[in-house]
Amino acid sequence: MRDKRSLILHLAVLAALLAALPLLSAYHVTNVAKIMVLAVYAMGYNIAFGYTGLLSLGHAMFFAAGLYAAGMGISLFGLSAVGALVLGPVAGGLAATLVGLLALRTAGVAFMIVTLMFAQAGYLTILYFVRYTRGDEGIVIARATRAIGSVDLSADTPRYLLAFGIFALALLLNLALVRSPFGRIMVAMRENEARSRMLGYNPYTVKLTALAVSGVYAGAAGAAYAVLFGYVGASLASVQYSILPLLYVLLGGAGTVLGPFLGALLMFYLIDYASSATSAYLFIVGAALILLVLFAPKGILGTLRERHARWLP
Amino acid sequence: MTNKLIAPTRRTVLTGMAAGGALLATGLTPRFAQAQSSEPIRLGFQLHRTGIGAAYGRWYERTATAALKVVNDAGGINGRPVEILFEDDGTDPARGAEVFGKLATQSNCDLVFGALFSHVVIGTAPRAAELKVPYLVCSEGHHVASGMLNRWTLQPGITDVKSQVQGMAPFVTQNLGKKIAMIFPDFAFGHDHRDYFSAAVAAQGGEVIAQIAIPPTETTFTRYFPQIPAETEVIYHVMVGPAVLTFVKELGEFYGTGARPQLFGFMDSLEAVDIASPGLEFLDGSHFWEAHPRYKQADASEAETTYRAAVGVDDNGAAANDPADVATYSHMFSTWETLFIIKAAMEASGYQGAADRQKFVEALEAMTDFAEGNEHPQGAKTFNGKTHQTFGIQSISKVEGGKLVRVHQTTLADGQYPDEVDYTTQSF
Repeated sequence: MRDKRSLILHLAVLAALLAALPLLSAYHVTNVAKIMVLAVYAMGYNIAFGYTGLLSLGHAMFFAAGLYAAGMGISLFGLSAVGALVLGPVAGGLAATLVGLLALRTAGVAFMIVTLMFAQAGYLTILYFVRYTRGDEGIVIARATRAIGSVDLSADTPRYLLAFGIFALALLLNLALVRSPFGRIMVAMRENEARSRMLGYNPYTVKLTALAVSGVYAGAAGAAYAVLFGYVGASLASVQYSILPLLYVLLGGAGTVLGPFLGALLMFYLIDYASSATSAYLFIVGAALILLVLFAPKGILGTLRERHARWLP
Repeated sequence: MTNKLIAPTRRTVLTGMAAGGALLATGLTPRFAQAQSSEPIRLGFQLHRTGIGAAYGRWYERTATAALKVVNDAGGINGRPVEILFEDDGTDPARGAEVFGKLATQSNCDLVFGALFSHVVIGTAPRAAELKVPYLVCSEGHHVASGMLNRWTLQPGITDVKSQVQGMAPFVTQNLGKKIAMIFPDFAFGHDHRDYFSAAVAAQGGEVIAQIAIPPTETTFTRYFPQIPAETEVIYHVMVGPAVLTFVKELGEFYGTGARPQLFGFMDSLEAVDIASPGLEFLDGSHFWEAHPRYKQADASEAETTYRAAVGVDDNGAAANDPADVATYSHMFSTWETLFIIKAAMEASGYQGAADRQKFVEALEAMTDFAEGNEHPQGAKTFNGKTHQTFGIQSISKVEGGKLVRVHQTTLADGQYPDEVDYTTQSF
C-alpha cells in the first residue's frame, strides 16, 4: 500500500510536468527544462548526502566531468548528441569513483574539505588547459550538433521533452534505488555506520558505490546541460555549483526522492523573481534558507513526511 | 503669500482641448507623432548589476539611461518612444542566458544589448540564436569576430581586444622598448592578450621575452617578479580584479626607487579605481591603453563634453556628484554608442516589431561607418558586417601627476586584420 501510494505520487508529478508543457510560456518551458536537468544533478547529490550521509562539497567536479565530456566530445571529437549524453554519466561516475577511492578514507568535515579540494583542482585544471577548454570563457556547442536525427534539441519543445525523459528516468531509478535493499543499506550507513559494519556491511564499498551512482547522476545532468543549453564553461565547475545542489536538497528535503526537484524549482524561481526586484536577491535567498533551517530543518518534504506523510520515500 | 489652487473652468478645459487637438492635427507635437504604432520599442539590457562586473554594471546602466533620454528627447526610434528594461545577470553565463530569455520572451523586448564580460556573452549567444533575437554585445572580446558565435550576435559599439593590441603594439615598440615581458592573468582574457600582443609585437620587430601567467586565484605577486628578465625594457601588464592594487603596490616595492623598465598597462586594470589611490604612486610616468580617455583632454571635442554632461561624469572621470565614484570610462561609451546604432539600424530597416528582427540584423550588417559626433563621442569607427565587429581608434595615455594624459592615438587602419568569419553567409 505504502509503495503503491508513493509510486502514484511520483507518476503524478511526472504526468503534471508533461501536461504543463503546452500550458507554459516559452520562457518557463526553458526554465523548467533547466530545472529538471539541475534536479537530476541534485538527485545525485541527494543519493550521497540525503541517503548515505556523505556531505560532499565537490560535486561540481562530477557535474563538470559530464559537462566537459559531452561538450568537448562534440566540439573537439565530433561526438553525436546521443554519444555525448551516454559519455556524460560515464565520465561523472568515473570521476566520482576516483575521488571516492581517496576521499572516502576520510569522514565528516575532512571529507568535505577533501572533496572541496578535488573540485577546486578540477576547476583550476579547466582553466589551465584553456587551449582545449577555453577556460573561463567556455565553449559554445554548435547548434547543428545539438540534434538527434532531425530533431533540433535547441528548440523549446524537443528540449523540454528530452529533459523530461532524462528527469523521469532518473526519478524512477532513484525511487527504485531507495526502495531496494541497497537503498536501505545506504540509509543504515547514514544513521549508524558502526552498527551497519557490525551487521556485516562494508561502509567503504557501500559509500563508494553510492558516490559513484551520485556521480553518474551528476555527469548525466552535466551532459544534458551541454547538449540542451549549448554552453560549457568553467563557471559551471566552480564551487558555486557544488553548493547549489546542497541548497536544493536542503530546501526540498534531504533523503526524499522528490525533494531535489522541489528545491531546484523553488530556488530557481526565488532567484528569478527576487533578482528582478532587488540587487540584494542573495540576501533574500539567505534569509529564506535561515527561516527554513529554523522552522523546517528537514526541508519541505522532509517536514511533510515527519508530520503528515510518513510513507513519503 | 497665498497658495491659490488652479481650478479649471469648463471654458479653460475646452480651450485647452481645442488647442491640443489643433496641435495634433498640424503635426507640430515634437515627439512620437509619426509612429504607426504608439507602442514603445522595448530594449532589453543584460546588466552586470551584481557579481564581478558590478562596477561596470553600475556605470553601464547610467550611460544607457542617459543615452535613452537623448534618444527619446529627439523623438524616439521610428517615431516611437523607447524603453530599456534592465535585468541583472549576476555576471554569470548561466544566469545570463536565462535573463536573455526573460527579456526576449517574458518582457517582449525587441532585442537585447549591453553585456560586457566575455563568459556571459559566450554563455548567452546560443540562446539569442535559438530565440532569433538580436544580441548586441559591448564586450571587447574577440569571440564575435573569431566566428565562435552566430548571426544574431553583433558587436558594433566597441573594438575587440585583438584589434586593440594590434593598434597599440607599434607605439610600444617604437617609443618604450622592444624587449617586452608580459604579466597577465592565466585565463582566457589574459591568453588573448598573450597571443595577440606577442604576434603584433613580433610584426613590429620587437620580442616578448617573457610571458608570466598569474593564476586567477593569486592574491600576492612578489614571487613572480623575479621571473622578469633583467634585460626587459617594457613590462606589459593586464591584471584585472580586486587584487590589482596589491599587484601594482608589490611591483613598486620590487623595483623600489631604482631603475625600472617602462610600464605599459591595460586600463581594464584600473577601471572604477582612482588612479591617485595610495599605493599607485608607482604608476606615475607609466603608460596605459584607454579606449576612451578617462580624464577630459585639452583637445576634447564638443561631443565629448556633451557626453560627459549627459552621463554625469566630471573632467576627472568620476561621478559629477561624487568625486570618489570613479567611472568605468574606458568601456561604458559602448552602451551609449550601441543604443544609437540600434536606432540607426531600426530606422534603416523600417523596424516595426518582432517580425522585423531579421531585417534589423541585415540593416546593421550593411552599415560600414560611424562618424564621430554626439552619437559616437569615443570617435569614428568602421563596422565590418561580415565579422559583426566594429573597429575604432585607441588612445595611449601617460600617468602625469596622478592624471592620465593622452600621448598617442591610433588610426582606424592600425587595428584592422583579415576577416576570420563571414556571418552573412550563415542562415538565420
